[in-house]
Amino acid sequence: MKLSLDLGSTTLKCVITNENGEIIYKDYVRHYSQIISTTVKLLESLSTMYPEEKFDIAMSGSAGMGIAEKCGIPFVQEVYATRLAVKKYLPETDSVIEIGGEDAKILFLSGEDGLEVRMNGSCAGGTGAFIDQMATLLEITPDEMNELAKKSEKTYTIASRCGVFAKSDIQPLLNQGAQKSDISASIFAAVVNQTIAGLAQGREINGNVVYLGGPLTFISEVRTAFDKALKLKGTCPENSLYFVAIGAGLANTFVTMTLDEAAEKVRSYSAADTYKACPPLFNSKEEYEEFKKRHDLKKATLSEKIENESVTDTYIGIDAGSTTVKAVVTNPEGKILYSIYKPSSGNPVGAIRDFLTEVYEKFPNIHVLSSAVTGYGEEIIKNAFGVDLGIVETITHFTAAKKYLPEVDFIIDIGGQDIKCFKIHNGTIDNIFLNEACSSGCGSFLQTFAGALGYSIEEFADLALFADRPVDLGSRCTVFMNSSVKQAQKDGATIDCISAGLAISVVKNSIYKVIRATSADSLGKNIVVQGGTFLNDAVLRAFELEIKRNVIRPEIAGLMGAYGAAIYAAEHRKNTESTIITSDKLKTFTHQVQVVNCGGCSNNCCLTINKFSDGNRYIGGNRCEKPLLKGKTAEEEELNLFTYKREKLSSYKALHGKRGTIGLPMGLNMYELLPFWHTLFTKLGFEVKTSPESTRKLYLKGQNSIPSDTACYPAKIIHGHVQSLIDSGTETIFYPCLTFNFDEGLGDNHYNCPVVAYYPEVIDANTKDINKVKFIHDFFDLSRKKEFPKKIYESLEKHFGGFSFGEVKAAVKAAYAEYETYMADVRKKGAELMAKAKAKNQPIIILSGRPYHLDPEINHGIDKLICSLGAAVITEDSISHLVQKFKTNVLNQWTYHSRLYAAAKYVAESNDSMMNLVQLVSFGCGVDAITTDEVRSILEEKEKIYTQIKIDEITNLGAVKIRLRSLFSAAMNQKGAK
Amino acid sequence: MEIVPFTDEMKKDYTILVPNMLPVHFKLLMAMLEEYGYKTKLLTNEGPEVIDTGLKYVHNDTCYPALLVIGQMINALQSGKYDLKKTALLITQTGGGCRASNYIHLLRKALVKAGMGHIPVISLNFAGLEKDSSMKITLPILRKMISTMAYGDLMMLLKNQTRPYEVNEGDCTKLINSWVKELANQFRHGRGLSIKDLERNMNAIAKSFSEIKVIRTEKVKVGVVGEIYVKYSSLGNNNLEQFLYEQDCEAMVPGILGFIIFKTDNRIEDAKIHGGKKIMKTVCEFLVGYLKKIENCLINAVSKYPQYHAPMPYAEMKKLVDGVIGYGTRMGEGWLLTAEIMELILSGYGNVVCAQPFGCLPNHIVGKGMVRRIKRLYPKSNIVPIDYDPGATKVNQENRIKLMLAVARENKEEAVAAEEKEPALTH
Repeated sequence: MKLSLDLGSTTLKCVITNENGEIIYKDYVRHYSQIISTTVKLLESLSTMYPEEKFDIAMSGSAGMGIAEKCGIPFVQEVYATRLAVKKYLPETDSVIEIGGEDAKILFLSGEDGLEVRMNGSCAGGTGAFIDQMATLLEITPDEMNELAKKSEKTYTIASRCGVFAKSDIQPLLNQGAQKSDISASIFAAVVNQTIAGLAQGREINGNVVYLGGPLTFISEVRTAFDKALKLKGTCPENSLYFVAIGAGLANTFVTMTLDEAAEKVRSYSAADTYKACPPLFNSKEEYEEFKKRHDLKKATLSEKIENESVTDTYIGIDAGSTTVKAVVTNPEGKILYSIYKPSSGNPVGAIRDFLTEVYEKFPNIHVLSSAVTGYGEEIIKNAFGVDLGIVETITHFTAAKKYLPEVDFIIDIGGQDIKCFKIHNGTIDNIFLNEACSSGCGSFLQTFAGALGYSIEEFADLALFADRPVDLGSRCTVFMNSSVKQAQKDGATIDCISAGLAISVVKNSIYKVIRATSADSLGKNIVVQGGTFLNDAVLRAFELEIKRNVIRPEIAGLMGAYGAAIYAAEHRKNTESTIITSDKLKTFTHQVQVVNCGGCSNNCCLTINKFSDGNRYIGGNRCEKPLLKGKTAEEEELNLFTYKREKLSSYKALHGKRGTIGLPMGLNMYELLPFWHTLFTKLGFEVKTSPESTRKLYLKGQNSIPSDTACYPAKIIHGHVQSLIDSGTETIFYPCLTFNFDEGLGDNHYNCPVVAYYPEVIDANTKDINKVKFIHDFFDLSRKKEFPKKIYESLEKHFGGFSFGEVKAAVKAAYAEYETYMADVRKKGAELMAKAKAKNQPIIILSGRPYHLDPEINHGIDKLICSLGAAVITEDSISHLVQKFKTNVLNQWTYHSRLYAAAKYVAESNDSMMNLVQLVSFGCGVDAITTDEVRSILEEKEKIYTQIKIDEITNLGAVKIRLRSLFSAAMNQKGAK
Repeated sequence: MEIVPFTDEMKKDYTILVPNMLPVHFKLLMAMLEEYGYKTKLLTNEGPEVIDTGLKYVHNDTCYPALLVIGQMINALQSGKYDLKKTALLITQTGGGCRASNYIHLLRKALVKAGMGHIPVISLNFAGLEKDSSMKITLPILRKMISTMAYGDLMMLLKNQTRPYEVNEGDCTKLINSWVKELANQFRHGRGLSIKDLERNMNAIAKSFSEIKVIRTEKVKVGVVGEIYVKYSSLGNNNLEQFLYEQDCEAMVPGILGFIIFKTDNRIEDAKIHGGKKIMKTVCEFLVGYLKKIENCLINAVSKYPQYHAPMPYAEMKKLVDGVIGYGTRMGEGWLLTAEIMELILSGYGNVVCAQPFGCLPNHIVGKGMVRRIKRLYPKSNIVPIDYDPGATKVNQENRIKLMLAVARENKEEAVAAEEKEPALTH
């Protein structure tokens, strides 16, 4: 008989087949990371059924790899095992989609491209673990998610690239009041997208499709979502959970022994303690006691015991954070009388209603003088309960920290999924660090692990304190951390060492990844730490050890945002009565949510409209203020150079021409070169068509031909543009390869980045329908004005014929002239807008990036958001010419990036505190890893604040808003200081 | 930030630390440089400390090779083993449109951050960058450098095709060590680097490898291509070569000579495609001609032994990608990477690991971007792209390679079965 084991990342599968190849036993159990003991237990219980029998044994599964080798049991790679099983039992299959705990796989078994097996690369997005994580976030089980998804009415766009990203997409949706049913369906759609984008990589999934693995077996809605996306009906066969195990048995490599012997082998798997360890957090109990004593000294803000009836005049501060809500009631002396700290459970409105109800019950004679709210849920809470003031988080934290340490110069706040750090200089915040798209250094990270290992977060933290050999996990992403932790467990690390290791890694992540500090001194001398995560003594200790400096942790570390809001409410109290909801009105408070699509502009934002009992409304999900104005026209003219440039570009219309149509995909550098190519081809008698405006839908249209999922979104969306040009019946598509850009004399060279330069090659090699059109992607160098006419002439002759050199030369001349005119116009408009803004004393933001960041689908309407906050938006290319070439600390060799440095220089030397630079960075842009640091240093040399906004397929505008508001408030402060 | 120049004065008593990308090649290069008065030391420090140091001093989104090279250097400087007043660093710079041209600047920034801004960094480049602090490369030095690289390529090539079959484990390694010693000795006496010497030595090297006792069995043949650092450096690719050896494979890693010819040829192509100065073109054409001579020596030496597969000449590789990808695609490894995959497939190494740093920009185009096209051309090819970065775990990478190997083994069995059924007419 044969016994084959599939040790997966979350479950253990076992199959026994008899001599005739029939399955006579199968089992599926979760192992909760206790891989060895679960396997041993299973083998032992089976050996009582077959005590003397010798089995042919083989092993497979991602967790089985190391174990199999050490135990001398042959290992069969799991995807290959699936292939063997499918080949034998379902020979008619064309493609297989298998989703496991942390793996996703696609097998292509037929078709002209031959056999291909793929598994997810370095990212566990879109797998079972991802679904579990999302379910935890929604506080439901995956089964409930499945049931809810059946009732969904709409789907939101959620990034599934990584659980971490998805979280930051989902949290704002929850905070805005989106329905869990819709979110559930959206999560499943995201899984499907991730699988297709990440694994199919341009190959179409069709024919007989088979679904395998846990999530696809148990969650019918994931199958439905796949069916929908692939436009077919896949099947989930019998034994869909066991194909890997079955396949392992078919591989013809096995060892023969009794089950007792096998159990013994696995049991003896040497837990060799081979993992790399850090020094312990505490060497002794005494050390811990001393540490405790030091941090307990600072008791300042909590009120003595009070009679509830005696409470009258008070202030209320609320911090509606991303995962938790915090709120305090203080007396006029600033002592906290009452507070809450609890999960928002996706419903911050409900949590605050409960809080206010409790407050009114507890303090019957209460008289609220003023109130303030901060955090992600600021707007909705303000509207729901008539809170007097809204304030940006950075300011509340600073306000609260000053109460503990007036000379504070550095604050680090680690919350659920945010890390916020501010440097304070001359009494104002002058540098802000927020974690971008990654929450690996945050509290929810620890919580998720504690939960997965079966502990509460408090128990988990206590375990860490005296761990003798904390696992050195380095600083890496949550997803990788999962596999590192499992590896450490296999290597004999105990739970306490893992807990301590995780605490240390949270700290390392925040210091080295978020703040990017190299030494403790660069942080500051008077440091206040706060946020719920620092309530964990292990994290606090790890932080102190890492920076080699003692810090202050307020005893209300988790409440600082709310406490700061209360102080702010007191300091900024209006002369009128507080507008906060009264006790009576609270009793009849209602909250309704409606979801609609805004048709205000091409963004088509998915709006959630919250209606409250007093008739107040709050609209979430909007990227600009348009839906909020409800027909009212904006009184003030928006000073937005982005809009101007967009309008300018869309004025290049197609004119009927004798030589037929030529299509230009509107993406990457075409955003700048359109005036050039449009003029050139129009003059030559072509009808120049541009691809339609970017939308999510357009992206999805080309998604199945993207070969590298880690390329930047601006590159990936080109596939959609090319596909729509093909679909529109264009005869020719022109998309040239451009190693070089124009030389504007600002840098040492004038390259394009490799992706911009050569993406046409990717389009040519991967777009299935590209043969339907004439696709011209020759190499040109526009900076060689002398040679270019000849080169383009040769190309045109090759592809079309019938041109005269004179005609081409004239068209080229006109094209260069038009490009110059366009750039000059942008510069002129920039200067004009800047002058207007200065006259009106409006803040100016130099929104810098690349020409293609103009695309609203790529910038997510950040330009409009900035305008709605009352600032003018100017682009880097409208001011870079005002700066002379100067020496940079990096090789300044890309034209677009030279503009960035020049713009930074301009801002740095403007000596105008109202002018600031914000840099847009596309996720995956390798070049920006170099430019961001350089732009930062150019700005900081002149004490300017550097703000970076990372954008991807989706962007959490909530975080962007916090950043911008903090920037404005710091700018105002700087101005005031002058 | 002021650049600290490397002066002739310093040359006298400074030790120059060299990052470890290709141990055999670099050892020979260093022996050659010694002749010119440079005292060098090849860095061998590895392990998580190197990565941690890199993470600390380099922007975490920067490509992995930069992180490793800089991490390795700073880690070495901080080890206390070197007199920081008498130490300099050497780093290569290709000068293309890829991020790699910026490594030297990132290294300098990192040094400042680490409080060692006084340490001079020498740039090794042929693009005329960093005039004050680059190694003075005269034509004779350049020729000699090329020769050392050719020796390295030859030994790597022969080792890869011998070691998996050797009867006495360690024979290859021993042979390489003795040749490195012998060649270094020749260099010291001003010999071994002319074309004539090269021919003689190469023939002798090939002969000595052919004399190693082997038992040739059928093994799965795997080709390795990728971003140049991750492709070659065991630090960068988690010791890929050793892993493949342990998996009972024969690995073929295309040499660096092709890359050098490619980078030189790019200038000629640029001039052809876009126009440009004649002089540059003429100089490069001369150089390419010289390089091809050296390449020829290598191919001739290997071709004498039928058991060895000699690499395809650069000119033929170039023809191979005609119509697949444009010759103007030249940043990073450019079209050469695509060509290498195709050459490997054609020479029986149809199972290919394409190793790249996570998020490597040129690789989006010439690596992953071309896989589909190559699969179309050669349906039996079996290519797996593997990403390397500080977060990726070895287990994860090896699991993916194992999957590729499982398919490779099946393909091999099928081919054998097919041959038994219907004996091939050729051979």
